[in-house]
Amino acid sequence: MRPPDKRVLTLLSFLLPLAVWSAVSYVPFLWHPQMLISDPGSVDYFQPGMRIDRATFAEEAAQAKQENRALPAGAPANPIYLPAPHEVLRAFYAAFTTKPETRDGVWLHQSLWHSIQVIFWGFVISSAAGVPLGILCGSSRLAGKICEPFVEFFRYLPAPAFGALAVAILGIYDGPKIAIIVIGTFFQQVLIIANTTRKLDYALVEAAQTLGTKGVKLLTRVVIPGILPDLYRDQRILLGWAWTYLIVAELIGTTTGITWFITQQARYQHFANVFAAIFIIGIVGLGSDQILALLGRRLFPWDRATEKTA
Amino acid sequence: MSGPRALPSYRDQTPEVRERFDRLKAREVILEVKNLSKRFGDTLALKDIGFTTHRREFLCIIGPSGCGKSTLARILAGLEQHSEGEVLLDGKPVRGPGRDRGMVFQGYTLFPWLTVKRNVMFGLSVNKVGKLEAEREALQWLQLIGLEKFADSYPHQLSGGMKQRVAIARALANQPRILLMDEPFGALDAQTRCRMQTHLLEIWRKIDITIVFITHDLEEAIFLADRILVLKPHPGEVQELIEVPVPRPRSSGQILSEEFLATKARLEELIHSSSHGEGEEDYPMMMTRLTPVGDDVE
Repeated sequence: MRPPDKRVLTLLSFLLPLAVWSAVSYVPFLWHPQMLISDPGSVDYFQPGMRIDRATFAEEAAQAKQENRALPAGAPANPIYLPAPHEVLRAFYAAFTTKPETRDGVWLHQSLWHSIQVIFWGFVISSAAGVPLGILCGSSRLAGKICEPFVEFFRYLPAPAFGALAVAILGIYDGPKIAIIVIGTFFQQVLIIANTTRKLDYALVEAAQTLGTKGVKLLTRVVIPGILPDLYRDQRILLGWAWTYLIVAELIGTTTGITWFITQQARYQHFANVFAAIFIIGIVGLGSDQILALLGRRLFPWDRATEKTA
Repeated sequence: MSGPRALPSYRDQTPEVRERFDRLKAREVILEVKNLSKRFGDTLALKDIGFTTHRREFLCIIGPSGCGKSTLARILAGLEQHSEGEVLLDGKPVRGPGRDRGMVFQGYTLFPWLTVKRNVMFGLSVNKVGKLEAEREALQWLQLIGLEKFADSYPHQLSGGMKQRVAIARALANQPRILLMDEPFGALDAQTRCRMQTHLLEIWRKIDITIVFITHDLEEAIFLADRILVLKPHPGEVQELIEVPVPRPRSSGQILSEEFLATKARLEELIHSSSHGEGEEDYPMMMTRLTPVGDDVE
C-alpha cells in the first residue's frame, strides 16, 4: 500500500474533528439534551424559540396529555453555547460583512487588528532584550550563571499575576497588555535561546579559532550565524506562546481587541460569533506560523532541519 | 609472529632515503616541543613529550587509544593548555589558538551556513584580507583540491571526503606555518581514505607546508610520514621516533614493499607491547553461551 499523501492527512486532521462536531450538531439522537420549542401549546411558561431540558419538556408534555390540553411541540436541540458548524460559518461571514449591531460595537477585523498590534509590540519588546540576553547567557558561562537562576525563578511567576501591578504603573490601555505579553514571553525566551546557543557544535567555534578568529568575531561570525535557523524556530514557538497570553492580557484594564469582541458577543449569547472569533485566532496564529516557516526555508537554505519538514 | 621472514631492519635506509633525511634535518626547525606534560585533574595524560619538526616535514603521531594523541594535537593548536613544558613555533611559545597553526578535525567542522567558497575564504576574511583577494585565493585553493565546481554548494551537499578536502583547503588558505590534522580521515570509508591520502601527499608536495598528522592507522602513518612519533599510553609518552625508510614519491604499490612491511612490523611490535597492560581491550571476553548455537564453527 502506498503511504497516503501528506496533504490528504493534513486535510483529514481537520476534517475529523469537524466530522465529530457536525455529528453532534446534526444527528438528533447524538447528545441534544434540550428541546427547542416551536409551539408552546398549553404550557404557559414555554415560548417559541425557548430551549428547555428534555426531561422537563417530556414531563410537561405528559401532564398536558393527561389533562387533555394542547401539546407543546419542539425539536431536539443542543445548548445555545454549542452552535452548529453552519451557524459559525455564517457568523464568520457575517462578522466581516454586516455592521456591528450595537453603537459601540466594532468589526471583528478591527478588534483582531488591535490584538495583533498588542502581540506584535509585546513580542518585539521581549525579543529586543531576550534574544541578545539569551545568546549572551548561552555563550558566556559567567553570564549564564549570573542570569539564569533568577530567570528560571521568574518564569514560574504567572504573567497574569502582574496584571494589577501593570495597570497601576502603565495605565488601563494597551501598556499593561503589552507588559503581560512581555513578562510571559521574555523569561522563557532567555532560557530557550541560551539553551539553543549552548547546543551549537563547539567544534565549529574551535575550528574558527584555529583560523585566527578571536573575541567578538567568534560571536558575530560563528555563534550567531550558527544558531540562526534554530533561533528562528525558537522565535516561532515563542510567538505561539505570546498568543496564548493575549486573551488574559486583554482582560486587564479596559478589555480590548478580540477579547472584547468575544466577551461582548457572549454577553448577547451570540455564541456562533464567539466561536468565529476564537477560530479566527487559530487561523491567524497557524497562518502566520506557516508563512514564517516558508520564509525560514528561504532564509536558511543550508539548514537541513527545515529541509526535512518541507 | 615468529615466522623467520627475512625483512630488512626498518633502520636500514637506502642512500637516497638517507640523503633525503639529511636534507630534511638541515632545514629550519618549525615546531619544537620540550618536556611537555598535561594533567587532567589527578591523571597524567601526557608525560615529558619532546620532538621537533622541520620545515616541510610530514610527521605522523601514532599510538593506541588513550595515549593522548588528540590531546597533544589540541595542545599544539592552542585549544588546550599544557601543564608543563614548552611548545615553540618558530622559536616563539604557543599561547592559545592562532592562524599560524591550521587544523583539520576528525569531525566535519565546515561552517554549514557558508558555501564551500566562503568557507575557504573564512580565515582570510576574519584576518582582514580584502574580499576580492580572498575570493581569488579561495578559488585557487578549490582548484588545487579539485572542487572548483562546488564553490557555491553548501557543505551538506558534499560527501565526507569532499568535506575534508574543503577543510584542508580552508586551513591552508590561511597560510599557516603548520597544518595539524587530528585523524582527519577517520570517519571515511577505506577507498575514500586511500584516495584522500594520495591527495594529501599531492598537496603537501606542491606547497610549503609542515604537517603534523595524528592517526591510529599504521599503514596510513607509514604511507604519509617522513617520521613517525610513536606514543604509548597511560600516561602518553614518546616510545620511539621512526624514520620511515620508504622512498618518495609514495604510491599504493609500496604497501607490499620490504621497507614498508619492516616498518609496519616494528610499529605493530611497539603498539602491541605498549597497549598490553591496563587497556580496555584487555578484559577477557565472556565465554558463556547465552543461547545454544548447535555445532561449533571451528
